[in-house]
Amino acid sequence: MASSAITIRRRFRSKVFMGLSIAAAGLGLLMLAIILGTLIYKGVAGINLAVFTEMTPPPGSEGGLLNAIFGSVVMTIIAIVIGTPISILAGTYLAEYGRYRRLAHIVRFINDILLSAPSIVVGLFVYEILVTTLGHFSGIAGAIALSILVIPIVVRTTEDMLRLVPDTLREAAASVGTPRWRMIVSIAYRAASTGITTGVLLAVARISGETAPLLFTALNNQFWSSDLNQPLASLPVVIFQFALSPYEDWQQLAWTGALLITLSVLILSIFARMITARKAQR
Amino acid sequence: MSLSETLAATGQTRPRVSARPIGDRVLHALTFGSAILVLVVLGGVFVSLVEGSLPALQAFGLKFLVDETWNPATEVFGAAAPIYGTLLTSAIALIIAVPVGLGISIFLTELCPAWAARPIAIAIELLAGIPSIIYGIWGLFVLAPFLQRTFQPFVIGVFHHVPLLNKLFAGPPYGIGVFTAAIILAIMILPFISSVTRDVFETVPHVLKEATYGLGCTTWEVIRRVVIPHTRAGVIGAIMLALGRALGETMAVTFVIGNAHKIAASILAPGTTISATIANEFTEATGDLYTSSLIALGLILFVVTFIVLAAARFMLHRMEQQGK
Repeated sequence: MASSAITIRRRFRSKVFMGLSIAAAGLGLLMLAIILGTLIYKGVAGINLAVFTEMTPPPGSEGGLLNAIFGSVVMTIIAIVIGTPISILAGTYLAEYGRYRRLAHIVRFINDILLSAPSIVVGLFVYEILVTTLGHFSGIAGAIALSILVIPIVVRTTEDMLRLVPDTLREAAASVGTPRWRMIVSIAYRAASTGITTGVLLAVARISGETAPLLFTALNNQFWSSDLNQPLASLPVVIFQFALSPYEDWQQLAWTGALLITLSVLILSIFARMITARKAQR
Repeated sequence: MSLSETLAATGQTRPRVSARPIGDRVLHALTFGSAILVLVVLGGVFVSLVEGSLPALQAFGLKFLVDETWNPATEVFGAAAPIYGTLLTSAIALIIAVPVGLGISIFLTELCPAWAARPIAIAIELLAGIPSIIYGIWGLFVLAPFLQRTFQPFVIGVFHHVPLLNKLFAGPPYGIGVFTAAIILAIMILPFISSVTRDVFETVPHVLKEATYGLGCTTWEVIRRVVIPHTRAGVIGAIMLALGRALGETMAVTFVIGNAHKIAASILAPGTTISATIANEFTEATGDLYTSSLIALGLILFVVTFIVLAAARFMLHRMEQQGK
């Protein structure tokens, strides 16, 4: 079939743009590979037992990240313990009691904005309400800042997952005389439990790498401390401090810490995806 | 006797509520309170930022927004340089990330074989999962030296004699600076653009696309004339969402922007953004006016991102309604 010049040009143009979009996908994958590759290359070199058993060192000497790892784990756990119940209840309101209310629309909208709001602003907020009133930086202030970041993620997934529970199930429960609260607790929560767990895991992944809200709430601590009323070290803040330092030992520890955080975050998010995928297959 | 009179006579003013089991009243109250708490948090953030920034706003007034001075020694502060840096880095990041992100979602929805689409989409989304501090350390130790050795000397040389462009790409090649920060931001917002646009591209009815192919259109023409017009609100929403992220991004930018409080003509020069200024200086700020000025910066950032994100949600919501 003879093609006119216009047809040839149109086909050529289409080929060019399709080629460009393949290149775009390639570029995206390449960036991921380069970033992860550098992290593993630079980070693995510094992995040894001392990283997990010794404190952050003064410049120029050997040491580890134990106090920072401990601080991160403690603040993450407290943030989840504070944030999760509130979020699940709020998500329940959006999906069950208040589903079509005006208030639910507003809360949903505000929650979606909180989901992407700059985390450094949350740090300033907690500084204003806790650090200035108590007069000092503290681990608990850091944990509360993180819990504010947990809320929008878990509210969103709780509502989405409860909405996936078929209404026929709710009606069936109502028709045998089950009170609504009983239906929510024993039927809706049970049906949505995997999804809500995924949301909590994603929230853990998100906050375990957060640095900005901790800078002026938990601050940092060079030494071992388990006192939540005192400044508390955390992995991201230590990485920030050590990476920007001129000392090679500190920079190496920063890379190792960066690798640890990234691995745990990526493993958490892949794991979270896997449990939802398995649920979907059933 | 009307219904309300009957109820009043029997002492039952609100029969529906009083008939509810205690468990329901408790759970309803708890969930309602928690939902209100979400609003209280956002309101609390706003109120505390306004309160904290009052001293600075009283001292400098509206001039705070346009003044480039940032002098802790004389306690004169203006937000012009950080605002400029925030807008410039985000704009450059969008210029880079929007075409690439759209390219990725076109590839995933139109070209990629079905078996490969999911793994590739997940890999791209992993970019969004990497914490921002990791982008920062990578940008400082890998990207900045790379740009300093290769790209920056090249563009400075090429545009050396071209009017205007020689100002925009003026040397020396520092490595760190506005442009480097913008590239990092572009990589970070890429997954947001590609995953949201992919979702909205998939809402285009297959019949519509097949009909257009049937008319003899090429793949590009189908995308340009059918898919993108059909999903315009969603695409704009995705871009606004990414912009909201870019404006507020802190750690990655703090590492590579150079923290220089000046507005330079060259995009290769060091600069600063609102969030980088706060992250770098807040704990070291001495004096109430200094701290208050930094909180005022936070307030500006909060208000701007709130507007951008609200617009993004509005567009995406419209898209959802259209899809129904």
